[in-house]
Amino acid sequence: MSTVASEAAKAYRRVSVDPITRLEGHGKIDIFLDQDGEVAECYFQVPELRGFEKFCEGRPVEEMPRITPRICGVCPEAHLMASAKACDAVYKAELPLTARLLRELQYNIFYVTDHATHFYALAAPDFVLGPTSDPATRNLLGLVAKVGPAIAGQVLQCRAWGHEAAAIFGGKPVNPVNAIPGGMSKGLNQEERARLEEICRFMVEFGKFTLKLFHDVVLSNKEYVDLILNGPYLHRTYSMGLVDEKNRVNFYDGWVRVVDPDGNQLCRYAPHEYTQHVAERVEPWSYLKFPYLKAVGWKGFVDGKDSGVYRATPQSRLNAADGMNSPIAQEAYEEYFETLTGDRSGRTPVHHTLAIHWARCIELMNAAERALELVQHPEITHPENYRVVCDKTPSEGVGIVEAPRGTLTHHYVTDEKGIVRKANLIVGTTNNHAAICMSIKQAAQGLIRKGKELNEGVLNMVEMAFRAYDPCFGCATHSLPGQMPLKVRVRDWDGTVLSELSR
Amino acid sequence: MSANGKLKVGMYWAASCGGCDISLLEIGARILDLAQVADVAFWPCAADFKYKDVAAYPDGYLDVCFYNGSVRNSEQEEVARLLRQKSKTLVAYGACACDGGIPALANYKSPKAIFQRVYHDNPSIDNPEGIEPQPNFETPFGAVQIPAFYPAVLRLRDIVEVDYELPGCPPQADRVWETIQAVVSGAVPARNQHVRVGCGQKTVCDECPLEKREVKITQFRRHHEYRPEPGWCLLEQGLLCMGPATRSGCGALCIKGGMPCEGCYGPAAAVEDQGAAIIGALGGLLDAATEERAQELVSQITDPTGRFYRFTTASGMLKVHAQGGQS
Repeated sequence: MSTVASEAAKAYRRVSVDPITRLEGHGKIDIFLDQDGEVAECYFQVPELRGFEKFCEGRPVEEMPRITPRICGVCPEAHLMASAKACDAVYKAELPLTARLLRELQYNIFYVTDHATHFYALAAPDFVLGPTSDPATRNLLGLVAKVGPAIAGQVLQCRAWGHEAAAIFGGKPVNPVNAIPGGMSKGLNQEERARLEEICRFMVEFGKFTLKLFHDVVLSNKEYVDLILNGPYLHRTYSMGLVDEKNRVNFYDGWVRVVDPDGNQLCRYAPHEYTQHVAERVEPWSYLKFPYLKAVGWKGFVDGKDSGVYRATPQSRLNAADGMNSPIAQEAYEEYFETLTGDRSGRTPVHHTLAIHWARCIELMNAAERALELVQHPEITHPENYRVVCDKTPSEGVGIVEAPRGTLTHHYVTDEKGIVRKANLIVGTTNNHAAICMSIKQAAQGLIRKGKELNEGVLNMVEMAFRAYDPCFGCATHSLPGQMPLKVRVRDWDGTVLSELSR
Repeated sequence: MSANGKLKVGMYWAASCGGCDISLLEIGARILDLAQVADVAFWPCAADFKYKDVAAYPDGYLDVCFYNGSVRNSEQEEVARLLRQKSKTLVAYGACACDGGIPALANYKSPKAIFQRVYHDNPSIDNPEGIEPQPNFETPFGAVQIPAFYPAVLRLRDIVEVDYELPGCPPQADRVWETIQAVVSGAVPARNQHVRVGCGQKTVCDECPLEKREVKITQFRRHHEYRPEPGWCLLEQGLLCMGPATRSGCGALCIKGGMPCEGCYGPAAAVEDQGAAIIGALGGLLDAATEERAQELVSQITDPTGRFYRFTTASGMLKVHAQGGQS
């Protein structure tokens, strides 16, 4: 440490949250307090790099949909689909209707499972049991104890049936391999379709059940509504999300639309245009990059219309769209905006970070309804049109889907034999990296104050700032119990531990 | 074993995707049976224990610890050493911990080249100052640290002695459950350096439902260019399938989904090198009377290295440890 830096650093106390053990294994927050005990700065660090963008070079491009799901075993379907779509573009393949229906169906069923696991295992305990309740029971098991085993039964069934559906599509439930350039490796027969329809019908009921639960537990509780609206959880950022031709939310396909903090469209781009709109910054203290909107520019870790920081969350997708493509979700969408902005149309964006949970429940509903619609399409069981053979000369392609945790971009450049020469990936959570850093700092500044006791409940409420993003810090957010193990040490500049909190 | 008579178990993830942790959850309701006989004492994914808690355990406190993921950085090595010390039985869980897995494909590239691509040279980067992540960074408020990126991806057994290895990307739920039952009841093979458990003694071909017609391969094809005939061995149709060189245990799941095996269960029993094994197997399957014809056929296989060693780069005889400066 240089003398100057060490002299300056003496003025600050460090609060380390180390490790956050659910960020692909590791994560860390360092909060620096000034002499008055106020939060001066906050570093949220991602200590992980595997280098897929480099080691995918030299691989045949058709292998990418099998390799890249190993980026994340929590949301492998998102990489599978983004990769297959990039490959379609590389080969200029025109997919038959059945192939497109199958991919979107598989993807929407995955969405239901993924959102359900996050909401019940991770988010709901904070609200059902309370943000400052006993950490020993503030998890799914505590939730089950409080509201009864019926909910747990529903959640486990949703998960189990979701994985059964994945196996029907492609054999392998975790890290599936069945989307290929030009379509799918296998079609559906009548028997499989019938079973999938049964699963989708259950998921629609599960979606309604989830929306009702959110109402009963969160929206009927004044304290929680106050926390959502008035807590230290608000950033007026740009919103990004994939939309269809009518600007409705779509998870599998469409255009990336970005609206400003007031709801005005900044851009609406096709996948291959992404480099005109998004760029990534590098910081020396994290392995993860920081994307921002090029048209606005990088102004640092600040929100507002002049800052290129954007968010890509369930809330952002609702903000960026004009509505939903299914009736029950549309109704829920209108109610959501009316409650939070007073404008049912959805033209005024919502910026309350904790309301992301509500948006996630609406998306769950939408994914279930959409899946049920797709599974009944007369073309879904066509015996041949689940794929085409790729015969054009490969070159370059971009594929984009909405991963549950944000817009996911795969971009491949190949030689004329289809061997990858360059790969570029902007992954779901990465979009939100700057915003997550800001949200953690904001919550820490709002909650850690001089003369105010720094207890476990405060810590959990800091944690709720990033939990709302469902960041892919790992499948912790998708497992039992949904509780972050954290340890906070308050140290003097020389490292002396002043106080320690854990749970 | 603790005062309550229950086993203490641990699960850790290193350079991995989280799929192994998900696969452990895939045992479903059986996890409640596990809870009857075992307490979780460390599982960052699901439970509230810290490195510091583990460090405070007596040596050998964990009856069984599963370690998934390969070793890509300094923190993952430190945790591997800590868990070895604290565990009676240490199991490498999943393809990455056993053989390097997909992250070990990075061993064909240098760390310098990886940083170059990720932080300097890609279509969306904005890094005019040439910034790279630093293990130690001085901020105006104090230093912040991230682990050091290693020159190559290593297996768990390259760092510490491993008792058993459970292959698969990820291991399939039924195999995981069988392994847990065996460990709990003590019905595991004699402890030795990297004994493979939770898998079969044969190859994926032995589990495959497709018909073998005993015909030779006349052409290698790529799966996006060819619509295979249903029910017939994919390898005989010219799609590169790793089945003959891959350990049984998965139940041929990918093949049932219409795709050839990509080899995630690693080399078959008593085979050290999966890539050498598939080359050997192909030797007997090619329709080639002359060396020239064999050459011609083999040259149709795209990226043989990345496909023969997709999950075993850190284990094969052709072990690669790229160093700075290469591409």
